[in-house]
Amino acid sequence: MIEIQDVSKWFGDFRVLSNCSTHVAKGEVVVICGPSGSGKSTLIKCINGLESFQEGVITVNGISVGAEGTNLPKLRASIGMVFQNFELFPHMTIAENVCLAQLKVLNRSRAEAEERAAQLLNRVGLSNQAAKHPAQLSGGQQQRVAIARALAMDPIAMLFDEPTSALDPEMINEVLDVMVALAQEGMTMMVVTHEMGFARKVADRVVFMDEGRIEEDARTEEFFGAPRGERAQMFLSKILSH
Amino acid sequence: MKYNWNWNVVLCRSECAQPYFDWILSGLGWTLVVSVMAWLIAFSVGSVVGVAKTAENRGLRLVAKGYVELFRNIPLLVQMFLWFYVVPELLPKVAGHFLKRELPLPEYWTAIVCLGLYHASRTAEQVRAGIEAIPRGQTLAALALGLTRGQVYRYVLLPVSYRIIVPPLTSDFMGIFKNSSVALTIGVLELTAQSRQIAEYTFNIFEIFTVATVLYMLVTLIVVTVMRYVEKKVRIPGTIAMGGS
Ligand SMILES: Nc1ncnc2c1ncn2[C@@H]1O[C@H](COP(=O)(O)OP(=O)(O)OP(=O)(O)O)[C@@H](O)[C@H]1O
Ligand SMILES: [Mg+2]
Repeated sequence: MIEIQDVSKWFGDFRVLSNCSTHVAKGEVVVICGPSGSGKSTLIKCINGLESFQEGVITVNGISVGAEGTNLPKLRASIGMVFQNFELFPHMTIAENVCLAQLKVLNRSRAEAEERAAQLLNRVGLSNQAAKHPAQLSGGQQQRVAIARALAMDPIAMLFDEPTSALDPEMINEVLDVMVALAQEGMTMMVVTHEMGFARKVADRVVFMDEGRIEEDARTEEFFGAPRGERAQMFLSKILSH
Repeated sequence: MKYNWNWNVVLCRSECAQPYFDWILSGLGWTLVVSVMAWLIAFSVGSVVGVAKTAENRGLRLVAKGYVELFRNIPLLVQMFLWFYVVPELLPKVAGHFLKRELPLPEYWTAIVCLGLYHASRTAEQVRAGIEAIPRGQTLAALALGLTRGQVYRYVLLPVSYRIIVPPLTSDFMGIFKNSSVALTIGVLELTAQSRQIAEYTFNIFEIFTVATVLYMLVTLIVVTVMRYVEKKVRIPGTIAMGGS
C-alpha cells in the first residue's frame, strides 16, 4: 500500500533522509522509532506530501506522491494523519472539527457528515463532548478527537507522528487503546512512537531510524528479540529502562 | 479675553442665517460614510495583501511587500492629492474624463479609495501577523485532511487570525475615522470641514470645535464599546482573553 524507495531529502546542505526504503502492506502496522532528530517526522510527512523530497519514489496505492501532476489534496484526503500536538482547529467545536473536511473535501451533505461524526465520536468515547471547543478538552480527549477527525475521511491508511508524546502519562493509554482497536480492525498504520508496549502488541514490523537512515527494518518479534545494530540496541535499552 | 459664548449657533436650524445644526449632522454623516466604506476597502484589500505576504510563492510575497511599503511610506495627505489631481491625468483619456466629469461626488469616492488603500497597508500587516501567530502544525493538519491551500486560509487561518487581531483592527478603524478629516483638503464636506465652515460664518470657533471634538470622541467610544463586545462574542471558548479588557 505504501512503498518508500530510496528516498533522500536535504534541508539546504543538511541531509535529513538518506536512501530510506521501506513499505507498509495493506492491513499492516509499522512502528517507526529512533532518537530525536533522526528524521522520523520528516519521513512520515513525505508520505502524504507535507514535505517534499529530492530523490527516490514514494507511492501510495500505486500513486506517486512526488510526481508532478499528482493531485495532492485528493491523495491526502485518503490518508489520515494524527500529530503530536493534536492540531484541532480551536475556533470550531469538536463536531465541526470532525465535519469540516467531510463537507469541504468529500462534499458530503451536512446530515451525512454529522451522522458520521457522531458515530466516530461515540467510538472514541466522546459523544458527549461534541458541542465543546478543543481548548475545553484534556489532551487525551483532544487526541482522540483528532483520530476521529482523520477516520471521518474513511482513509485507506493512517499515519501517526508521536501521538502520545505531548500527553500526561495518565492519558496515554486512552489514546493507545483507540489505536490498538484500530490496528486490530485491520487498519493500515504507520506509527512514529516510543511506546514499545504498543509496538509489541500490534506492530507487524518495527523500523529503527538513526541520522536519517533506516538502520533496522525487522519483524516485531525479531526486533525485540535481537536488534542487529549497536545503535538500535542502545536505543532500546534506554527506552525500555524507562 | 472676552468671548461671547453662544451655544445656540450649533443648534440652529431655520432660526439662524444658515442651518448650522444640519451642517454638523451632514458632516458627521459623511465622516461616518467615508470611514465605513474606506474601512471595508481596507479590510478586504488588507486581507488579500496580508494573505499574499504569507504565500509560498515568492513573487506574490514581493508584490504584497511592495504594496505595503508604497502605501505606508507616503504621507496620507500627499496620497490624497495624488489620487485627486494626478491619477485622473495619468489614466487613459476615457477613464480620466469619467473620474473628472461624469462620476458624481468625485472627491468623496477619491477620499474613500485613498483612505481605504492607505489603511489596507496597515490591515495587511495585522492580518499577516495574525496568520504567522498560528502554529505551522495547524496548516499541516488542515492540508493533511485534503483541504487545498485556499481552503486552509478560508476555514482555518483567517478565522483564527481575525479573532486574534480584533484589538489592532479596532485601532485601525479608529485611525481611518480620525484620518477621514484629511479628506477636507480635496473638498469633502465631512465633520471637520463643516465645523470650519460654520466657524468662518459665525466666528463661534470654541462652540463649534467643542461640538466636533465631542462628536469624534463619542463615535470613538461607541466603536470601542461595540468592538469589546465583538471581541467577547468571537472569543474562542476555553482560551484566555487576549489583550486585556
Ligand atoms: N524545516 C526544517 N528546516 C531545517 N531543518 C529541519 C527542518 N525540519 C526538521 N529539520 C531537521 O531535520 C532533522 C530531522 O527532523 P525530524 O523532525 O524529522 O526528526 P524526528 O526524528 O521526528 O525527531 P523528534 O523525535 O524530535 O520528533 C532534525 O535535525 C531537524 O532539526
Ligand atoms: Mg518528530
